Amino acid sequence: MTDPATVNSPGFIDLHAHLREPGFEEAETIATGARAAIGGGFTTICAMPNTEPAIDSPGLVAELLSRAAAAGGARVLAIATITRGRRGKELADLVELAAAGAVAFSDDGAPVEDPRLFRHALEYARTLGLLVIEHPQDLALSAKGVMHEGAVSARLGLPGMPAAAEETAVARDLALARLAGGRLHLTHLSTAGSVELVRRAKAEGIAVSCDVTPHHLAMTDTWVAGSRAFAWEDPHKIPSAPPYESSTKVNPPLRTLADVRALWEGLADGTIDAIATDHAPHASVRKDVEYDQAAFGISGLETALPLVLGGVRAGWASLEVVLGALTTGPARVLGIELPSGDRLVVEPDHEWTVTAEGLISKGKNTPLLGRTLQGRVRDVAIGRARMEKKGAGLGAEAIAGR
Amino acid sequence: MTAKWTRRHVLDTDDWSREEIEIVLGQTDAMLEILSRPIRRAPPLRGRTVILFFAEASTRTRVSFELAAKALSADVTNITASGSSVEKGESLYDTVRTLQALGGDVVVMRHGSSGAPYFVAERTDAAVINAGDGWHAHPSQGLLDAFTLRGALGDLAGKRIVIVGDVLHSRVARSDINTLVPLGARITLSGPPTLIPTAWRCGDLPPGTSYEPDVDRALDGADGAIVLRLQRERQESGLLPSLREYSRVWGLSEARLVRMRPNAPVMHPGPMNEGVEIDAAVAHGSRSLIEKQVTNGVAVRMALLYLLAAGAPLDDRP
Repeated sequence: MTDPATVNSPGFIDLHAHLREPGFEEAETIATGARAAIGGGFTTICAMPNTEPAIDSPGLVAELLSRAAAAGGARVLAIATITRGRRGKELADLVELAAAGAVAFSDDGAPVEDPRLFRHALEYARTLGLLVIEHPQDLALSAKGVMHEGAVSARLGLPGMPAAAEETAVARDLALARLAGGRLHLTHLSTAGSVELVRRAKAEGIAVSCDVTPHHLAMTDTWVAGSRAFAWEDPHKIPSAPPYESSTKVNPPLRTLADVRALWEGLADGTIDAIATDHAPHASVRKDVEYDQAAFGISGLETALPLVLGGVRAGWASLEVVLGALTTGPARVLGIELPSGDRLVVEPDHEWTVTAEGLISKGKNTPLLGRTLQGRVRDVAIGRARMEKKGAGLGAEAIAGR
Repeated sequence: MTAKWTRRHVLDTDDWSREEIEIVLGQTDAMLEILSRPIRRAPPLRGRTVILFFAEASTRTRVSFELAAKALSADVTNITASGSSVEKGESLYDTVRTLQALGGDVVVMRHGSSGAPYFVAERTDAAVINAGDGWHAHPSQGLLDAFTLRGALGDLAGKRIVIVGDVLHSRVARSDINTLVPLGARITLSGPPTLIPTAWRCGDLPPGTSYEPDVDRALDGADGAIVLRLQRERQESGLLPSLREYSRVWGLSEARLVRMRPNAPVMHPGPMNEGVEIDAAVAHGSRSLIEKQVTNGVAVRMALLYLLAAGAPLDDRP
């Protein structure tokens, strides 16, 4: 019984979502985030540990998972911190965190600056068969930047974050992954140079994977100056918004059209393994401020599918590639089987308008408010079977303590 | 003049047509006439309220706008950083609600964050004039520099103006470019590589501009120079080896002055660091238009206030 206007897909898996609970419940809760995920077709989401307190102890992992089980909505997997309190000073108890159910480790938003500590995290992760998910950013180089450093930041007079701030971190992380043999996952790559570095590292055989966000695939730094044309659209045909809308402020920043094209090429040739939302909901008080004062982040779970379908429609990648990057790609990264009961019915051509009221997430911080998009998930079936680890993750030696 | 004034706000001149710039410069002439009268006051803004909202320290620009508003008989209220709640941690959002409740006709604002005037303009009924936001824009400075240069040089078509110094952090440089280029001038930017936006140094420059790191070559045959203020903290943050080196390599000295065309004028938005970016002898010399800039500044700001406030009929206001 198939409708020609629909596509069946396994449930989407998001490697990177911020659920904000505990600590920032005014921005999102596990329950609202997990329901927003279902709205966007994500039946499994990985919760980033930069909460308050940060998820850096086995008890906190267990608490997160039990709250998620009670909340309903998407299946929530726990990412634990790499370092205690995300302070980058000493490793968290990684073996015990894994035993408590963490599927990966990340200090997302606070890159581990000490390369020796990062090396040791990779060595532990390799032994555990788990991922270290790194937000690649050289903080000294990105400094006080609030958008991509380029011609647009020069015109707007906003401090920029150069592409090199990401690329030097990617290069360092790849060198350390080569040394440690460990499972490095680079999240939300945003520059052409980063994609090329990962492409070469993969060719060399380094155990690395990476993801890209829907907003980095669809938007450019001109959005900060008010453009609302997707990368594949003619900017002259799309009405502009005022400049300096803080909903366009995100880290890593929206980059140039050349970067966006390179991300799509990386997706199409398999360099990029997954599309992850970096869903970053914020309360309006964190966004309704001056651009340089505003929090970084875009609420992304519910608009991911239509954004990437836009690129498919433009011919930048096939539907198979995009759906793979939302399903089998992230499953392979995590080393899990696709949950067999999670099924979606996608209507790629269905038009709908993004509104604050219509978004399930408490985070209304998206530059897409008011925009009519094409593509939605019509039906979601979610199996409640326990997720089984499919052998070891990529490059893993063993799964200890499980 | 055939063009019509349709602007609700003056936030940036980057999307202004030449005609719009000409309207303001034409009005400025009329305002200078008012300022030359024995009693420097005219009634057109009687009953209107101008709120000066300066969230960043500024004496010169604030006083200039205040004199401009008073010369047009407007009521003037100040919300300064020291006396207001900005320093107490009140958000810009809260301040905007207060501004809205106060019901001013025009809000003149100075703010440390690029883009802040857009935030205010979207959330109030008042007309907003950007009196300087972060590194972004200072439209009245750009307009007064254009007016002053035209007074010295006549038509700016084909004239080459050098802007030297900390272009990266300069809202004055951006507004000068946005105002002078539509009037036909060409701009040569000069300064240390660390103080020029990377994109502009690497060839992706705004139309009508070029970059020449060697200030001597930049000044050769130029029709005028605008010297930018150098903040001393640029050295502390590692962008400059030393102020002494900066002064020797990029400072505007009398020896450099002669490289320009005879009588080519020198301008500076103030306040100056004499002996750093400009020698005292140049700042106070015969080719300096720096005091003229201050006088013209009041007239340009009168023109902007008049265009924004007087155009709207009183009874439209709640």
